[in-house]
Amino acid sequence: MIARWLDSDFVYSLLRTPTALISLIICLVLAACALFAPWIAPTDPFDMSSIDLMNGFTPPGVANEFTGEQFFLGSDDQGRDLYSAILYGLRVSLFVGFASVILAMTLGVTLGLLAGYLGGWVDAVIMRIADIQMTFPSILVAMLIYGVARGILPPNARADMAITVLILSIGLSEWVSFARTVRGTTIVEKQKEYITASRLIGLSHLNIMARHILPNVINPILVIGTITLALAIIAEATLSFLGVGAPPTEPSLGTLIRVGQDFLFSGQWWIIFFPAVTLLVLALSFNLLGDWLRDFYNPRLS
Amino acid sequence: MLSMIIRRIGQSILVLLIVALVAFSMFRFVGDPVSVMLGQEATETDREMLRERLGLNNSLLVQYGRFVGRALEGDFGVSYRTGESVAAMIADRAPATIELALFSGILATIFGITFGVITAINRKGFFSQFIMTTSLIGVSLPTFLIGVLLIWLFSVELGWLPSFGRSGVTQLGSWWHTSILTLEGIKSLILPAITLGLYQMTLIMRLVRAEMLEVLGQDYIRFARARGLPLRSIYFDHALKNTLVPVITIIGLQFGSIIAFSIITESVFQWPGLGLMFINAIYHVDIPVMSAYLVMVSIIFVAINLIVDILYLFIDPRIRDAANAGASE
Repeated sequence: MIARWLDSDFVYSLLRTPTALISLIICLVLAACALFAPWIAPTDPFDMSSIDLMNGFTPPGVANEFTGEQFFLGSDDQGRDLYSAILYGLRVSLFVGFASVILAMTLGVTLGLLAGYLGGWVDAVIMRIADIQMTFPSILVAMLIYGVARGILPPNARADMAITVLILSIGLSEWVSFARTVRGTTIVEKQKEYITASRLIGLSHLNIMARHILPNVINPILVIGTITLALAIIAEATLSFLGVGAPPTEPSLGTLIRVGQDFLFSGQWWIIFFPAVTLLVLALSFNLLGDWLRDFYNPRLS
Repeated sequence: MLSMIIRRIGQSILVLLIVALVAFSMFRFVGDPVSVMLGQEATETDREMLRERLGLNNSLLVQYGRFVGRALEGDFGVSYRTGESVAAMIADRAPATIELALFSGILATIFGITFGVITAINRKGFFSQFIMTTSLIGVSLPTFLIGVLLIWLFSVELGWLPSFGRSGVTQLGSWWHTSILTLEGIKSLILPAITLGLYQMTLIMRLVRAEMLEVLGQDYIRFARARGLPLRSIYFDHALKNTLVPVITIIGLQFGSIIAFSIITESVFQWPGLGLMFINAIYHVDIPVMSAYLVMVSIIFVAINLIVDILYLFIDPRIRDAANAGASE
């Protein structure tokens, strides 16, 4: 089984494309860092007792002049270890990214299947909504949903629910590309003979959609999913940077960059530099991986 | 052709009505406007009076109709946070955003077309390679990081340009203020404009380059060369002219994204425009401002889409013929 997989075109193409391979490795390493952050990080950035204000503004790799402590990537204004903060921030960024892509994917694939398979007024309604939403840039849609969700929540629940609201707003703003692709493929597949055959042997519509059409639209979904993940990570960072995303109690990379911006003028460059570089590497790797997947599944496009 | 234009206008109005419905629902159902306006201590009779005065006891359809009617007159109620009229807030902040968007749109168009033509004519040159690589980095960087990077380079390190705010503002008449009449004002406009326009410039450049490369390979260009026409005339009169239809579309459609990205740019540079107002409204859950912004932005987007579609009809005879054929069927 593994031997067969290693021998596949997929793995062959991956090994032959250095950019894709490197991107994949970076993605996996960063994902592992995020997953095991509590075990890798030297300190817990949220444990107030482990933070010493005297350690504030320690440059990277230099011993603090009062306490003599050293920090790999320096410390922020409150003496928090930046390396640990980035690992935990990566965790929030990746979690929000993955969760919102899964939400967008589930919603988009379901609606796309329904629109393509059922046609008629269902198709018309779903695709009109998609068209209207497409007119607006997704970051604007995400901001609006975020604002409305905040308005519906009682003020004291806003900070606790911020991550959920963030996932909801990014997820709902990105479903259209999934729905459009799935709808297109479904319309093509629907006319093929095996679908007529499935109808003849009496399979239900639900069964046909889920078990016969869905497997045929998986590849484009994977491609769009990877590219959307990069978009979602950037969107999350942007919202958090603007102060309408992850709360200060659960800082993501965007929140760290927002905090770091304040110290740009006073010369503490590392507080913004390292989170920004991490975010860039993360988004770029997923982008390049998505590009390679697209070329692999659809060589005509390249 | 006329029937097609009318149909497109009808579709646009439908879209706007749906957006207005979303804005109305936000206004009506997100939070209770009565308790927001009166506070916790109000008596039940006060509440009832205000509810009656705001017309919240009418049927929803009547309320929606009234919302659309007021929106058409430019009346979006008062901000929950400042108590100011939303229309006045928008009118006060619009010039800053329009100026920024126009300035960066013009920058993006000029540099996008110039760089696109240069990189298409001289594909292997050092300058072209340099531009193409830089543009790739520009596209991958999120807008807010571009802003931060520019602030770091030009404000912190070099100290040439201000890092935030809109200074040197001159009042022109009673409803327009501008920052392009003073040196200080232009200086404060440069960094936000670059941040906002960089992505659009890259898009325009790549599109112009791709279209130019395609056109330059065609027979009529070879014929023009064979006729011995000057290169300038070949590149600009013959080639560039024929790439303009998709370019105009992109420039038009991108104007919408400029509005959306102006939210980010204005926050980074604390530019006192509509985007900053919108972000603050989200942060403080100021629903009237949010719904007014939504309606305003959708009018702009729908109008741009409509204009681009109609321009298409005039610029490209093939689409016009298709429209006429469709109408006569």
